[in-house]
Amino acid sequence: MTALDSRPTVDEAVQTTVAPVARARTPRRRRMSGWHFVLAPIALLFLLPFVQMFMASVSPAKELVSYPPPFIPSRIDFTGFIALFQNTDIMLWLLNSTIVSATAIASHLVFCSLAGYGFARLTFRGRNFGIFAILGTIMIPTQLLMIPTYVLFSRLGLVDGLGAAIVPWLATAFGVFLMRQFFMSLPRELEEAGRIDGASRWQIFIRIILPLAKPALATLAIFTLLGSWNDLVWPLIAINNDNAFTLQLGIANFQGTRRTQWSLLMAANVVATMPLILFFLFAQKQFIQTMTMTGLRG
Amino acid sequence: MTTRPLLKPPLRSPGVQRAQRSRRRFRDDLSGWLFVAPASILVLGLSFFPAVWSFILSLQEWNGFSEPEFVGLDNYSALITDDDFASAVMHTGIYTALFVPMSVLAGLFLAVALNRKIRFIGLYRTAIFVPFVASAAATGILSTYLFNPQFGLVNNVLRVLGLPAQGWLEDQTQAMFVIALMSLWGQAAFTTVIYLAALQDVSPELLEASRLDGANPWQSFWSVVWPSLRPVTIFVTIWQTIGAIQLFDLVYTTTRGGPLDATKTIVYYLWEQAFRRLEFGYGSAVAYALFALTLVITIGVVLYSRRRGQDAF
Repeated sequence: MTALDSRPTVDEAVQTTVAPVARARTPRRRRMSGWHFVLAPIALLFLLPFVQMFMASVSPAKELVSYPPPFIPSRIDFTGFIALFQNTDIMLWLLNSTIVSATAIASHLVFCSLAGYGFARLTFRGRNFGIFAILGTIMIPTQLLMIPTYVLFSRLGLVDGLGAAIVPWLATAFGVFLMRQFFMSLPRELEEAGRIDGASRWQIFIRIILPLAKPALATLAIFTLLGSWNDLVWPLIAINNDNAFTLQLGIANFQGTRRTQWSLLMAANVVATMPLILFFLFAQKQFIQTMTMTGLRG
Repeated sequence: MTTRPLLKPPLRSPGVQRAQRSRRRFRDDLSGWLFVAPASILVLGLSFFPAVWSFILSLQEWNGFSEPEFVGLDNYSALITDDDFASAVMHTGIYTALFVPMSVLAGLFLAVALNRKIRFIGLYRTAIFVPFVASAAATGILSTYLFNPQFGLVNNVLRVLGLPAQGWLEDQTQAMFVIALMSLWGQAAFTTVIYLAALQDVSPELLEASRLDGANPWQSFWSVVWPSLRPVTIFVTIWQTIGAIQLFDLVYTTTRGGPLDATKTIVYYLWEQAFRRLEFGYGSAVAYALFALTLVITIGVVLYSRRRGQDAF
């Protein structure tokens, strides 16, 4: 389609490149690689906490605190999940987190792609100053901003609702830069063709540029989803109202209030992690792309 | 647009032309700013403005309600003699010293291991990368269960192996290690992916040459692959260090700073001062100290690597 599509993604490169080192060592192709003995145990070790989480979430409560604890439950028991949905506000938190993440993603996609395109391709006075200023904000650690932002939001009345959790996620410097990098990589001829046909800047952006930006938009959406869904410190500071708790904040507070209700805790963990795990399995390539881009922002 | 002046002699006076040009320029400015304004206002408004305010706060004593009192540099001088802050810096240092080398080495090792086309490689990669999506809250609950001294899986494994049970998160000397280990579980994917990308750029010609010179894979790795990964190593070291000295989430969701403050980090101390004790001025001073520390470390590593002729950026 474009020059961008012909560029291999990291993931493809990872999949298709055979390390020359390995090739040199194993000339006979049928021999089983010794790396299996390294990789299989490591892979199991990385999966172990999740496996334990799923097992524990369907274990009878007593087995979780018995000694020695069985790794595999003697029977499937959903009391943890039932208690979770009956005795806690998890449905409300789930709804709140969904609202926060959905708003964050929608707003990131709109504002960051607009700004990214503007900074990449439009000529206007103050453009370089704007780019420089936004790049500069990446250097500022969020801890520096927490106190004044909290004071500001509480004066604006945002801390009583979801607003406090949403506003910082409406647009980020990283999002703007990700989109700018992408738009700069598109060939200029695309826009020139549109301009000859008499299209306005806006029409060129909507009809020609944006449809090509799907891979970058997917990366941006995943970055925003991960960040906003898993955010803990900011909701912890900024949300004062129990009804506006996000999922992460709710389950982090379980640590204090339901410390020993392990089957409930693990069920909550399953509810909080499952959406992202499934999404990861479904869109692994885009996640890896996102991680690489996050690393490249430095 | 540009063809018209060629056909006709310039009828319009220079003044009119200038006016037209400036009108078009104004239109360009306007449409440009319409594109970038919403995101720019949000990003700059929520960073520069609070950053400046934070500095002003750091010169004040204020609890959020009363009249703020200007105290000059008192907060900063108090910080220097604050033993609790000093131990928070030390705990952060311990965590950084544990986590950064582990995560860089694990990333390098896993990238090399995963950088081959063998059966099940997709499964291995998925297994190692999937913890990346686990939140700090979820990781916290998992850690407290896995490392529970009474019935946790880890102690149970030790018991089967005939080793003594450990206190882990409830032990002053081990808690930070457990937190670093669980951070590594969640974040190994990041350094691995960065190194995997970098491995694709290692020159195949050089590798071939070293093989022809009789180097074994181990020698090839250290003489060819490792040197060409140096810029990436410097980059991930800085990146992970900045992340490590900002540790908060996992401490909050596991130990809440305990046992006996052994895991109280700088940011945890900041959070406590600002949002538990409502010392907004003192908290801001801690934040600026953290910022300064971040800058010093970043500049230090960059200068060090420049001097050694390795440019990371």
